Amino acid sequence: MNQRLRGQGLVETLITGAIRVAGVSAILFVTLIFIFLLKEGLPALAETSLSNLLSTRWYPIENYFGLLPLLGGTLVVTFGSILIAVPFGLGTAIYIAEVAPRWAREFLKPFIEVMAGIPSVVLGFLGMVFLAPRIRVLLDIPTGLSAFSGALLLGLISIPTIVSVAEDALDAVPRSYRDASLAMGATQWQTIWRVTLPAARTGVITAIMLGLGRSIGETMTVMMVTGNAATLPTSLAALFAPVRTMTATIAAEMGEVAVGSTHYHVLFLIGIILFLISLVINLIASAVVFKQRSRGERILS
Amino acid sequence: MRSFSFLLIILIVVSLSSTACSSGSTDGQASDQLVSIQNKGSDTMVNLALAWAEAYQTVKPNILIAVTGGGSGTGITALANNTVDIANASRAIKPEEIAAMQAIGIEPLEFIVARDAIAVIVNPENPVNQLTLSQISAIYSGEINNWQEVGGEDRPIVRLSRETNSGTHVYFLETVLRLSDKDNKTFFSTDTLMLPSSEGITAEVRDNPNAIGYDGLGYVIPEVKVLFIAIAAGDEYIYPSAETVNNQTYPIARDLYMYTAGQPSTEEQAYLDWILSVSAQQIVTELGFVPVISP
Repeated sequence: MNQRLRGQGLVETLITGAIRVAGVSAILFVTLIFIFLLKEGLPALAETSLSNLLSTRWYPIENYFGLLPLLGGTLVVTFGSILIAVPFGLGTAIYIAEVAPRWAREFLKPFIEVMAGIPSVVLGFLGMVFLAPRIRVLLDIPTGLSAFSGALLLGLISIPTIVSVAEDALDAVPRSYRDASLAMGATQWQTIWRVTLPAARTGVITAIMLGLGRSIGETMTVMMVTGNAATLPTSLAALFAPVRTMTATIAAEMGEVAVGSTHYHVLFLIGIILFLISLVINLIASAVVFKQRSRGERILS
Repeated sequence: MRSFSFLLIILIVVSLSSTACSSGSTDGQASDQLVSIQNKGSDTMVNLALAWAEAYQTVKPNILIAVTGGGSGTGITALANNTVDIANASRAIKPEEIAAMQAIGIEPLEFIVARDAIAVIVNPENPVNQLTLSQISAIYSGEINNWQEVGGEDRPIVRLSRETNSGTHVYFLETVLRLSDKDNKTFFSTDTLMLPSSEGITAEVRDNPNAIGYDGLGYVIPEVKVLFIAIAAGDEYIYPSAETVNNQTYPIARDLYMYTAGQPSTEEQAYLDWILSVSAQQIVTELGFVPVISP
């Protein structure tokens, strides 16, 4: 008996130890990646002038490293994708969680999860062959390989993430909230808009932020459908013109560059910028979530 | 459930042991002189290199040649990093690439294996049939933005180019955009679409009547229209073909190269010799490129 207990104690220690190592290693890996990025990317600041990095021409084979067009390209495509993904994603999540009959819910949820599993190369290929030519004709723009095509496909890629997380959050809102609202004479839409959605706000914001992160980081699809022209977007019309994103630039050029060259270091600098952008998004998301939670706890207590 | 997983384990064990057996027996037969050559680089040349590698299998079955694309720059970088044996390049190696390789003790060796013409392509709906080099230069630098200015319809021009890691891009920049003038610092217009593959360019030109693109002659598909090119306005407009490349009348043609790091091994040398043979150069013609030896 005693021995068995001791044995259990040992197992317990081993398992908690293993879990702790796993938890700490995540922090360790992120730190190591960031250190590596800094080590490879920061020399770029010394090797090329700031005015070059802040110029509007990206032509690396002749040492023009203007990052503004790439940053602008990423922002335009991501902004466009969020415009598409948030209303569709939230709408779908609300429909699945609040409105849909049971059979539709059981069909839709796994269906959307399958959608999340479509490889981005496949979507990119479809976009290039099928979507872009039709967008050109439909919108009467010079070419369909544009930020808009990219935004549309990125929206498609981030919708499953948004739906999945937001639906879980809506589902977690206690039944009694809805019952109380309906008992007060509120309609179903009033209940959704005034009660359920605000109660699930934390999860919904997390869903949007995760979707945003997915959009910014996506590479393959964007590289195939946005045309990769490094122009600085200056107006809303840029949404319908070709753009070059930061991720596509790294993917397209990392293979050719000589290790240790200025171009190589600048590509890592772009990596640092991408890392910082997603860090800021995550910080904003967790700040919002934290604020919401502490307020919620105050109300409950 | 339990019996199911037991079955699964048996299956895995059986399949593992059978693959082990079969690979063991082939090892016994083909034995030790099985040599593999890694061949990487130019996307323009990838189909040609693949066809050569396949044909060489029938000549020397014990030599395995693995061919991958990625771009001329990628291939030469890989050669410098010692991850490939032969690099394919659709442009000559740059002095700084030679310097970088010499710095780590590698002397790249050059072989001219075929010739290629760059075709300038438009959509078949586009009524434009011919352009001069300076007109193409003006189009790609952003001076000319409407097809009307070169005798076409009132349509915006959509410029398509390969990515900067492509040898075709560099060759086009030097020969067409800068008209072979070393002091000319013309750039591609910033709204030029940089497509990651030859297929991307032909696909967009096929679908889009606004588009102009360029590509190796071997990649041109029947659904696009190849333009006649003249050096200057008064000259004859020439259509790219094996004949006009070999008699040097077509202005946008170049050599295709293979590079080795230092002296090639016996097997690599045998392969490179075979590439210059009549039967290997016949493959060059079949794929739409131009052979280096006259048949």
